[in-house]
Amino acid sequence: MRTVAQVAVNVFKESVRDKVLYNLVAFAVLLMAASYLIGQLTAGQDVKIIKDLGLAAIATFGLMIAIFIGIGLVWKEVERRSIYSLLAKPVSRAQFIVGKYCGLVLTLGVNIVVMVVAWYAVLAYMGTANTPGAASATDPAMLEAVALIFVELMLVTAVALFFSTFSSPFLSAGLTLGLWIVGHFNTDLRNFETVVDSPAAAWLARGLYYVLPNFGAFDVKYQVVHQLHVPASYLLSTALYGALYITLLVVAAVTVFSRRDFK
Amino acid sequence: MVLLMCAIVAMQIVRERAAPLSTEEEELLYVRSPEAMKRMALSYDSLVADVYWIRAIQHYGGTKRSADPDKRYALLYPLLDLTTSLDPLFSTAYQFGAIFLSEPPPGGPGRPDLAVALLQKGIKAEPDNWWLEHSLGFVYYWWYQDFKTAAYWFDSASKRPGAPPWMAPLAAVTLTHGGNRQASRQLWQHIAQTESNEWFRNEAVRRLSQLDAMDALDGLRTVLKSYGDRTGHPAHDWSELVAAHLLRGVPQDPTGLTYRLENGEVSLDPASQLLPLPKAENLR
Repeated sequence: MRTVAQVAVNVFKESVRDKVLYNLVAFAVLLMAASYLIGQLTAGQDVKIIKDLGLAAIATFGLMIAIFIGIGLVWKEVERRSIYSLLAKPVSRAQFIVGKYCGLVLTLGVNIVVMVVAWYAVLAYMGTANTPGAASATDPAMLEAVALIFVELMLVTAVALFFSTFSSPFLSAGLTLGLWIVGHFNTDLRNFETVVDSPAAAWLARGLYYVLPNFGAFDVKYQVVHQLHVPASYLLSTALYGALYITLLVVAAVTVFSRRDFK
Repeated sequence: MVLLMCAIVAMQIVRERAAPLSTEEEELLYVRSPEAMKRMALSYDSLVADVYWIRAIQHYGGTKRSADPDKRYALLYPLLDLTTSLDPLFSTAYQFGAIFLSEPPPGGPGRPDLAVALLQKGIKAEPDNWWLEHSLGFVYYWWYQDFKTAAYWFDSASKRPGAPPWMAPLAAVTLTHGGNRQASRQLWQHIAQTESNEWFRNEAVRRLSQLDAMDALDGLRTVLKSYGDRTGHPAHDWSELVAAHLLRGVPQDPTGLTYRLENGEVSLDPASQLLPLPKAENLR
């Protein structure tokens, strides 16, 4: 466990060294500039739009970090040949993979916490400034959407890590992004029988619906912005679904990585 | 680097001034299908809806302010349709959209039918939103002068949660006195006094000013007729009426512009922001 934590902390430190956290500055500037400009353009809908923009930005910045750092987690060590010295130490391949994963999740977590604090600060300012009906500007229920975004990003990281154990970064990025996009069309796969006549195609689509990661399920941004109730059972079952899928992918990544020959 | 940046900015200014290209360009909407856009937006439906909402406001404002005599607002409904399809609970888009769409040219496309379609869509998405039903009743009242249907929607709105207490009486007044200028005044006064959105409040105040102007025009026509009967010729100037002690001064509309008097006929100054007035025959 301690070894995993050490690898994870190293990944986090490397992210800081690689200036990954600079995206937080971009996020803060984007929100502040948007809050000023949008007030002039949106006929009193500035709070709603900052809520939408904040959630979308948290998800997008996180997605970019998860994909573009996730795909390099293993590949970089192999490319730099530092994997040899690492594996010569008392670090098992499983600990290496799990540690790398946890390190990136830690980076994402820190990113999200800072972005959420900045986002709520802007919303609180707008709520007190001039917007009618802005009492709900800092509605804590919006954190439900943030929590599911975090689980979604953890899943994306697991997908990227899995692909990075056997594929090149370019291909891993394409595959991860592709899977993320397909994962948002899952509802269409489930209802495929309504648009095709072939039972076999419908059956295949239904099968894919159950097998592919359902990224659309993690999206409750619309509900929280419109203050619609998201049942706790939905949040828990979706988080559990994410956790199970992440476990599967990390186990798969460990399995593939354990079988790799670095000679 | 600073020098290079300065040179770039200077070149941009020179280029802009020296050879401006024709700015005639048609506004385009590449994707008109809400279903297609919903799919393309992935999990960003709400944000894309916000973008279309901003585009709708810019399209409406830009067209309204343009010098083009043929203001067509061609993209207004498609943009509002996309906005509300991507975010079906975007109440403001329905409310503002209905007002923008109903406004007659040149202030809008003059399409109350599309306003009705948009509000019906909103009511389907938010069946308990009294304001949407009130807005729909309002379109029937103000733009169609269909007071029976208007009263139906006001009555329906009065039964929704959070509906103000004046909604039920408004339905009754509309049914019995629809088309009466006093009933219209009552409708706008409720909005002016209770609406939290500044734009709607200002619009209500403008409509009340229109009604004041219509009352004033009726009064001035009576004075002009009386002057004509007395002198045997129409008045050519307000000063004649002032000299005849029929008016105390040159009459001004609620925005401060002098009423125009031409060939014995009185009207609003063409520059008045109260134009176009509602049809007088529809508001007795």
